[in-house]
Amino acid sequence: MSRPENGLVCPPASTAGEVKMTVRGLTVSYGKTPALKSLNVDLRTHEILSIIGPSNSGKTSFLRSLNRMNDLDPHARTAGEVRLDGVDIVRDLSAEELRKRVGMIFAMPVPLPLSIRDNITYGPRMAGVRDAATLDAVVEECLRAAYVWDEVKDRLKTSAQKLSGGQQQRLCIARTLALKPDVILYDEPCSGLDPISTAKVEESMVELRKKHTLVLVTNNTKQAARVGTRTAFFLMGEMVEIGPTDRMFTAPQDQRTEDYIVGRFG
Amino acid sequence: MTNEGRRQKVGFGVLLLATFIVVIPVTAIVLLIVAKGWGALSWSFLFTMPREGMRAGGILPAIVGTVYLVFASIAFALPIGVMAAIYLSEYAKDNALTRTINLAIINLAGVSSVVFGLFGLSLFVIFLKFGVSIISGSLTLGIMTLPVIITTTREALRAVPRSYREVSFSLGASRWQTVRHAVLPHALSGILTGAILSIGRVAGETAPILFTVAAFYLPNLPTGLSDQAMALPYHLYIITTQIPGIPENYRYGTAFVLIGFVLIMNITATVIRSKARRKR
Repeated sequence: MSRPENGLVCPPASTAGEVKMTVRGLTVSYGKTPALKSLNVDLRTHEILSIIGPSNSGKTSFLRSLNRMNDLDPHARTAGEVRLDGVDIVRDLSAEELRKRVGMIFAMPVPLPLSIRDNITYGPRMAGVRDAATLDAVVEECLRAAYVWDEVKDRLKTSAQKLSGGQQQRLCIARTLALKPDVILYDEPCSGLDPISTAKVEESMVELRKKHTLVLVTNNTKQAARVGTRTAFFLMGEMVEIGPTDRMFTAPQDQRTEDYIVGRFG
Repeated sequence: MTNEGRRQKVGFGVLLLATFIVVIPVTAIVLLIVAKGWGALSWSFLFTMPREGMRAGGILPAIVGTVYLVFASIAFALPIGVMAAIYLSEYAKDNALTRTINLAIINLAGVSSVVFGLFGLSLFVIFLKFGVSIISGSLTLGIMTLPVIITTTREALRAVPRSYREVSFSLGASRWQTVRHAVLPHALSGILTGAILSIGRVAGETAPILFTVAAFYLPNLPTGLSDQAMALPYHLYIITTQIPGIPENYRYGTAFVLIGFVLIMNITATVIRSKARRKR
């Protein structure tokens, strides 16, 4: 059973902003099996919402319906309503418009087989930006924001696929930032990364929170505790509990949340 | 030696033998043609018109005709085949219509080439009144080679990782932008492979051009697409079966030119392909 958000779970005033996305009655199913059952949640600006839970709990299904990546799966069925700044993302936005405003970082970094620079400028170029000076500025700004500029600034013309895994993931983050999205969705972004790269990614997330709304799906509860301002616990397609991260990890209200956090299952 | 070890050896031997059996005919054909045809090759053989009822002189018109046919049919079939493959692999939903189209393509590949010739005769030569001409022959050859191009292009598109498409979509690209920028550049070498295969097939086929373009003998070179043309495979057939008293090395020389032509096209395309591959 999912429960709507109540007023009690508001994070500290310094971290919470206004409502960016509202999710009401969101249900996602693949074929006959529902992956996500009637979810209600609000995403606010300046927050990092961490989503934890065992596999098949609906975390990724949730994430992929926020930017309609689920549309690409012919078996996926989505019901319910998602709004971005009050605008229905299915009825009133095209998938392309939506994805420019709600960017996504995948678990496996996938640099396109292009140069570093062309990877970063891919989104803006597809949106029609041609001016080289503008694109150059975007490249530097985004690579800096993703904490990878110093490592790649001298070889922007070389293939992005030659970078290390950790650099590739930060490149992918920079590539998403180039769209200047309102919301950034992270789908287990550090699952294949070494601790140093993970730290850099987390550092950049904390910094990005100033301008963006972040949603982080992670299998690593410690990561959720480190970077999340709020944390939600998903189990078998339902959101069991959501609350400020410190409270979730110190005094979870639901027994199942506690069991998961202390590692009794999952 | 253990039983298992012996079985391993036997299995290995059989596989190796099968591989040799594949290599033997190829080598034999090449050696035979080179040995018997090399002597005929000369400047005048390649670049002059036939004389004395094709018993002397060169085979220039047949070479020119085959070049015409190859380029005209690829110019027709490559864009259509590639576009159809893009539609089928990137756009089409898996439904009854798509499955029917796929079935049609498979069957098209299975139709024997003489049937294509007959089809070309009735549609292009007679019904559309193109006459016996390079255009009729090229269209017939082009249709014949479409399944090859479509199938290899689809394989090439399928080999592009799904994640490239996902990333492109996630960056706000439309479906066409995704195809154009994230998929096609990386399928290019595979598409070229399809083109290479069809060049070989188009250059070597006799039956489809028999009724649609090929001429027994022409005193002049073709000047446009509405002319008839001689072609290497058909010329080879004629001088082998229809004209007595032709020196043997003329026949093998013609065969040599035919496979040499296909080989050169293949090598050129392979070079282009490996360059395209290195560029990424």
